[in-house]
Amino acid sequence: MNFKRFWTIFLSRNREFFRDRAAFGWNFVFPFLLVAGFSIIFGGEERAEYKVGIFPITAGKIDVQKVNIPDRFKNARYVEFIGFESKEKGLEKLKHHKIDFLLSSGVPPYHYWVSSSSPRGYVLENIFINSLTSSDHRQSARKQEINGREIEYIDWLFPGILAMNMMFSALWGVGYVVVRYRKIGVLKRLKATPLTAFEYLSAQMLSRIFILMFSLAVVWTGCDIILSFQVEGSYFSLITVFLIGSLSLTSMGLVLAARGTSEEFATGALNFITWPMMFLSEVWFSLEGSPQWLKVFSQIFPLTHLLTAARKIMNDGAGLLEVSSEITILIGMTVFFLVLSASLFSWNK
Amino acid sequence: MKGDERMSVLLEIKNLNKKYGKLEAVKGISFSIEQGICFGLLGPNGAGKTTTIEVIEDIINPDSGEILYKGKPRSGSFKEQVGIQFQETSLLYFLTVKETLEAFQSFYPVTLSLEELVDLCHLNDFLDQYNDKISGGQKQRFYLALALINKPELVFLDEPSTGLDPQARRNLWNIVNIIKKQGKTIILTTHYMEEAELLCDEIAIMDRGEIIAQGSPDDLIKEYCEDIIIILPGDSIKNQMDRLDVQYQLRQGRIEIITGDLNSCLKKLIYNHIDLTDMIVRSPNLENVFLNLTGRQLRD
Repeated sequence: MNFKRFWTIFLSRNREFFRDRAAFGWNFVFPFLLVAGFSIIFGGEERAEYKVGIFPITAGKIDVQKVNIPDRFKNARYVEFIGFESKEKGLEKLKHHKIDFLLSSGVPPYHYWVSSSSPRGYVLENIFINSLTSSDHRQSARKQEINGREIEYIDWLFPGILAMNMMFSALWGVGYVVVRYRKIGVLKRLKATPLTAFEYLSAQMLSRIFILMFSLAVVWTGCDIILSFQVEGSYFSLITVFLIGSLSLTSMGLVLAARGTSEEFATGALNFITWPMMFLSEVWFSLEGSPQWLKVFSQIFPLTHLLTAARKIMNDGAGLLEVSSEITILIGMTVFFLVLSASLFSWNK
Repeated sequence: MKGDERMSVLLEIKNLNKKYGKLEAVKGISFSIEQGICFGLLGPNGAGKTTTIEVIEDIINPDSGEILYKGKPRSGSFKEQVGIQFQETSLLYFLTVKETLEAFQSFYPVTLSLEELVDLCHLNDFLDQYNDKISGGQKQRFYLALALINKPELVFLDEPSTGLDPQARRNLWNIVNIIKKQGKTIILTTHYMEEAELLCDEIAIMDRGEIIAQGSPDDLIKEYCEDIIIILPGDSIKNQMDRLDVQYQLRQGRIEIITGDLNSCLKKLIYNHIDLTDMIVRSPNLENVFLNLTGRQLRD
C-alpha cells in the first residue's frame, strides 16, 4: 500500500464529485426535496383518506354541517365530503373509484351505494353503519391513549430518506462510475502505472464514504433549519451507525464495480438491487403485517439493518450497545462484500 | 545512438499467442528488440499490433509465450520502467492537464519535473484546461507526456498519430525524434508507412496475427521491392499505352507502371511519343513491400 498513490486517487475522485456541479447539486437537492415534500404532505393538516359523495346537492366541496346526514358520520375523521347534483353523476364517479362511498341525503331510511371490490368502501360502510347504531353499543369500547412522546411521521421518515439517498449514492457512485471508467479506458490507463487494485479500490471507497458523510451533514443541517424533528439518542451513535452503514453500502457498490463494461447492464443490475432494497428496507412503509418470508428476505439488505439501527437511535433513544446486532451484521456484510469484490475485480474490459 | 547499447537486447518475445474466442489475434510470434532503437510494428488495422504490445505492456495476459525484459521475466518494477501511450484512452474526469500530470507523478518513484514535461511536449498553452477539453493534437502530446513522466527506459507508442492533421503529426514526430536521441527504446505501432520509415530503425510487418517480414526499412524495401514506379497523369494516354508492351495499372485516374528496368521502360515511352511532362518516378516504399507480401494495401 503506497499512501501517496492512494491519496492521489482519493483526491481526484473528490475533485470529480465537487466539480461536477450538476451531480453535486442533485446529491443535496434530491433528499432535501423529498424530506421537505413529505413533511408538507404529511406534516400539516389532517389529510382526508376517504371520499364520500352526497347527492342531490350543489357540485363540489360542501359544508357538510348543512347537509342532512347522520351527525356522527359528518364528524368522522379523514373523510372528505363531495357534492353531486344527481345520483347518476355520483354513481359514475363511484364506478371509477373517484369516490369511495355515495350517500343520498335526507331523512332515514338512508340510501347508500358502495363498490363491493373497494376496501375503502368497506371501511366507510362500517363507519357509516356504526354512526347509526345506538350509543349503548359504542360505550363498550374505549380509546386508549399512547403514553410518552408520539413519534411524528417526519421523525420516522427522515432517517429512511437519508439512508436511501446514501444507498443510491454509494451504489451508483461506486458501482456505475467504475464500470464506466472500465468501459472508456480509464482503468486500463491506470493499470499501466504502478497503482495497485487495492490502492485504487480503497481510495474509491473512502472517497465515497467521505462524500456520503459530507452530504449527510449538509442535508441534515438544511432539514434541521426548516423542519422540526427529534433525535432521542446521541448524535455520536447516529453518526457511527451511518458511517458503518455507508461502509457496507459502498463495499456492496464495489462488488458491482468489480466486473463489467456495459453501462446498460450496470444500470439494470443497480435497479435490480436498489429498488427491492428501497421498498423492503422500510424506507417508505413498514413491513408489519407482511408475510414472514418477506420480512426474512428483507434481512439480506444492508439498508434494512442501517435503518433499523438509525431509527432505534433517533426515535427510541437507543445507544450503540442496543444496536450492536445491527452493527455486527453491517460489519460482517462489509467484510463479505470487500472479499468478494477483491476476488472478482478486473481492470480490463 | 550509442553503439555498445545497441548491441544489448532489451526485450525478447518468444512464441507469443493470444486468442479472443475463436479469433487468433496473435499467432506464435517471436522477435527481439535491441536497446536504444525505435522498433516499429507495421500492419493494417486488425493485424494484431495492439494486442501484441498490450501483452508486452502487461495490460492483457497471453495464452502462451514468454516475454523477457533485460533477459528476465517482467518483475513488479516493470511498470516503473516503461511508459505507455495508448491508441485510445480516457483519464480521470474534471482534472486539468496540470493536475493529471501531478497525479501521475505521484504514481512513480522517479519522475520528470512538470517544467521538463511542459517543455518537451509543448503543453504550456493548455496546462490549465480540463484533460478532455483539448484538441486532438494537444491530446496526443499530453498522452505522450504521461508516457514519459517516469523517465522510462522503454516507451510504447500505439498508433500515436492516428487522426492527427499533417502539422500535428509532424510536431509529434519531432518529439519522438527527441526521445530517440535521448537513447530511449521505443516500440511503435502504426499503419502509416511514412511514420514507420521516418521514425523506425527496425520494422516487423504484421498481418493477421503473424510477422511476415522484419528488418530495417531500407532492407525490407530492397528485399521485397526492387521495382521502380513510374506514374503518368490521367487516362488520356491509355489508348497509346495499350499499344505498348508495358505492364501498367490504372489507379485513382493515374497510370502506374512498375518496372525493374527504368532505362528501357523510359526509352519505350519516348519512342512511342508518350508525353512525359508530368511524369513522376518514385522509389518503392513500405506500402509496396506490404502489397508485394500480401497482395493487399496497408489501409485496405
